[in-house]
Amino acid sequence: MSTPFYNRVQKLRKQYPQSRSAVLPALRLAQEEHGGWLPSEALREVADALDETPAYVVSIASFYDMLNLEPVGRHLVEVCTNLSCALAGAQSVLDGFAGELGVRPGGTTEDGVVTLRAIECAGGCGHAPVVIVDGAYREPVQAKDVSAIVEELRAFD
Amino acid sequence: MPSTELFLAGTEDHDLRRLSEYREVGGYAALEKARAMEPQAVMGEITGATLRGRGGAGFPMGRKASLLAKNTGKPTYLVVNADESEPGAFKDRDVMGLTPHRLLEGCLITAHGIESTDVFIYIRGEYLHEYDVLVAALEEARTAALLGDVTIVIHRGAGAYICGEETGLLESLEGSRGQPRPRPPFPPVDGLYGAPTQINNVSTIALVPKILELGAGEFAKIGVPSAPGTAVFSLSGNVARPGNYERPLGTTLRELIYDLGGGVADGRELKAIIPGGSSVPVLTPDEIDTPMDYDSIQAAGSFFGSAAIMVIDDRVCMVQLALRAAQFYMHESCGKCTPCRVGTRWLVQLLTKIEVGEAERRDLDLLDDVCDKMLGKSLCALGDFAVYPVSSYLRKYRSEFEAHLGGAGCPLAGISPIEGIFAPVSQHAGHAEVAHVV
Repeated sequence: MSTPFYNRVQKLRKQYPQSRSAVLPALRLAQEEHGGWLPSEALREVADALDETPAYVVSIASFYDMLNLEPVGRHLVEVCTNLSCALAGAQSVLDGFAGELGVRPGGTTEDGVVTLRAIECAGGCGHAPVVIVDGAYREPVQAKDVSAIVEELRAFD
Repeated sequence: MPSTELFLAGTEDHDLRRLSEYREVGGYAALEKARAMEPQAVMGEITGATLRGRGGAGFPMGRKASLLAKNTGKPTYLVVNADESEPGAFKDRDVMGLTPHRLLEGCLITAHGIESTDVFIYIRGEYLHEYDVLVAALEEARTAALLGDVTIVIHRGAGAYICGEETGLLESLEGSRGQPRPRPPFPPVDGLYGAPTQINNVSTIALVPKILELGAGEFAKIGVPSAPGTAVFSLSGNVARPGNYERPLGTTLRELIYDLGGGVADGRELKAIIPGGSSVPVLTPDEIDTPMDYDSIQAAGSFFGSAAIMVIDDRVCMVQLALRAAQFYMHESCGKCTPCRVGTRWLVQLLTKIEVGEAERRDLDLLDDVCDKMLGKSLCALGDFAVYPVSSYLRKYRSEFEAHLGGAGCPLAGISPIEGIFAPVSQHAGHAEVAHVV
């Protein structure tokens, strides 16, 4: 039972007066260790480490956008399409990525390299349009910048 | 004359992410001063400064603290709301990313004032860079023995707008789905883990050191008497120079948009102003001389919100804008109460019907009716936030809505820059199906 993952979650639990508070950091950790998403095995590991049921853990994971219950590509490209980004041309940026990658928003390239997503406001409205690549903000990104980003992702894969 | 830069003071010529440089601009002197004072005296300064919450509601911080339950036998918690997610808002991101020690110092002073030793900062999951900056600053403060007996935990969210609602935030921090609680009881009595809890926005807490430094009397001379101090105003949309600008409360929208923002981008005409983030009622160009403070903006029929000003130019279709805002609130509705869960979907459905030209006049009445059945009838403010853009655009730009009716379709087709904007659906199976039903 005393796996490295289990031990790390025990440390997270100690930060909080009640151990359930560690569910988000534990899920994030599990996601990092399972290639960016939460297969049922990962959800069970979190449940065991927190002394909770898998059903409880799923109920949490399914509530939050940054926790993935389906496989994702090795890279994640997220394009904000909320108002300020939309006004600054987010749709053409999203179309650019979709065209360059050959996937619809929400999809993953056939080779499993990139998942493309449209997301809600990322808090970069003053530098719109915002694109988040593997957790790092790129702002602003215009349609003309798309192919360089895709090339970069393929080169670093 | 005190400087009008309070949040961002010193950032121009110092890297305030570093403790040594923060100390060069007087950092942590206010903490030392506060710790030499009785807790009640510290809160007296904050109350005397009439520090109003910068998160949106504008509730005075001192009065909130006065509601904290005493002698409960439980700890008192301080929770900082750093879940900035309102479309248009990006002020807290700079406050944390540029001056993390100012926030930490504010936490430590406030903790002393309310006699708490447990602080939680709940930061939205997407703000990874700002999280790293805060963690590094906290480590520096800990090494320099500034924390005393206070524990500060920085807790990352995982992508849910509703966790910026204070009771949704508490639920999420406790390890539940971030669904708001019915009130009463309010957090000062029954908050985190059932204990008395003070919750304030990042930008509210980050002003606390300056209040101690200047004294309540000097602080109150900045801004307007009903709301002293400054705010970080976030300018975005069709504006020439978007970005964050710190100015005293009471600065007019004209000064903010034209003098600081350089006016409407590409020399276009101003069509609409959204003054406080996407959730607040819209203002028209003739209301541009409204001062940006809580009371003035409310007298004009809108809200100060998160001081996030979106500039809309004359190409933009107001139905499309309302639809995109409604899609956001539908996506973020937590599903706990019926008016919001069902109402947000109705709004999207009706606005889609209008935009594509399939609506009749009675659909505008139905849209009004749905707004009326949501407003003030939802468990938390998200239900209201979904209504304000829709109902205010419909009221102030009604002729544009009417121009879509009876098969006419969008009069700005091919012109509006947000035409066909793709709104995200949930990543999770099941949710996506619900979105398709709409």
